[in-house]
Amino acid sequence: MREIQAADVVEAVAKMCIKANTELPQDVRNKFEQAMEEETSPSAKEVLRQLLENADLSKETKLPLCQDCGLAVFYIEVGDDCKVVGGNLRELINEGVRKGYDEGFLRKSACDPLTRANTGDGTPAVIHFDMVPGDKLKIAYMAKGGGAENMSRVTMLAPAQGWEGIKKFVVERVAEAGPNPCPPTVIGVGIGGTFEHAAKIAKKGLLRKLDDTNPDPEIAAKEKELEEAINKLGIGPMGLGGKTTVLGVKLTMEPCHLASLPLAVNVQCHSQRHEEVEL
Amino acid sequence: MAEYKLNTPLTDEDIEQLKAGDVVFLTGTIHSARDAAHKKLMELLDAGKELPFDLQGSAIYYVGPSPAPPGRPIGSAGPTTSYRMDTYAPRLHSLGMKASIGKGKRSDEVKAAMKEHKGVYFGATGGAGALLSNSIVESTVIAFDELGPEAIRAMKVKDFPLLVINDCHGGELYVKPDLDAALQ
Repeated sequence: MREIQAADVVEAVAKMCIKANTELPQDVRNKFEQAMEEETSPSAKEVLRQLLENADLSKETKLPLCQDCGLAVFYIEVGDDCKVVGGNLRELINEGVRKGYDEGFLRKSACDPLTRANTGDGTPAVIHFDMVPGDKLKIAYMAKGGGAENMSRVTMLAPAQGWEGIKKFVVERVAEAGPNPCPPTVIGVGIGGTFEHAAKIAKKGLLRKLDDTNPDPEIAAKEKELEEAINKLGIGPMGLGGKTTVLGVKLTMEPCHLASLPLAVNVQCHSQRHEEVEL
Repeated sequence: MAEYKLNTPLTDEDIEQLKAGDVVFLTGTIHSARDAAHKKLMELLDAGKELPFDLQGSAIYYVGPSPAPPGRPIGSAGPTTSYRMDTYAPRLHSLGMKASIGKGKRSDEVKAAMKEHKGVYFGATGGAGALLSNSIVESTVIAFDELGPEAIRAMKVKDFPLLVINDCHGGELYVKPDLDAALQ
């Protein structure tokens, strides 16, 4: 059994939080540049220009890309043949969040749902654990900002509604969200499983690179179909009109109950802040 | 689309000339307030108490900045989504607030209040918090320190870049999503 030291987990998590919040991923930058070439409206171009300038400034000054440094969300894969020594994994991840958000001057946005009192340190993080074969610990972090997350929805469709019903629901949610979630957005779609599982897989899809292609050609075609439909809405960067309403659609499908068709739409803002490490 | 340089406090004349789509560079003092701060402002008004800043001609920025690193007056400071403040905005417009700054759609009630009281809704680029912080030269917490990122700050801004989203004549810049084209 391979041993992973507690301090290494804390350090890795702290670093990820800071890096994801201050460095725009290269795949997102590429998409911004591509969109700038395709857009014809001056306001769409100007928004994208500002976002690129913002990314340069962030990298240089270490100021976060966005003041909303998100609620910290983790997808953790624990290999069967490894164990973390020196602390409880959940606690260590939270410790890393406290350290990263503090040292990186990141905004701490976790609060009590009713009193709204801020917990003061960015925790608790939302953590999803999965057991996988192997001796590695994979940690994926996502900064989930409130503006985009608030536009996310879960629904239970009737099986007869099928793909057309799914497509309609996804496109309508993006239309309804309009300028609110900081378009161009990235849309995670989860189909199947149960009520909560659909939401979990919808969000997990947002960890994928923007320029990857789904290994399943049928799902890849459906992602493309949704992306093209959404971009026809004409919402554009910041809702000012244009061809780029989404930078990408990431679809995950899993089997569900024969009576159900669970569907989740998770909206992510243009910065698509996430990081992954393997220990 | 015209370009204007305006100073706070804003006057009726400042607001009346603006049309949706105009670009405004704002200089002067603006105040940060978002969800929890608005709730507290309403409590003060209900109790007949004085507000921590003068509403006449004021511009409220819906922002919860990230902490200021050493050597900078403020951290990242981009707009938050405005609809959460829609409940409060009409009352503030009726009491003298001239402008709100945020991102995203406003309710019909807010648009009506802007028409009635000569107000304007400015959009700033969402997610460009590092860039926008460059226009904020000074920031001081003046109320509700306990709210952390949601405290009310007096912010001195210089040429803060804004876009008129809703003007006082009923004009709006946001496009209406074309559902028919998307679902054809």
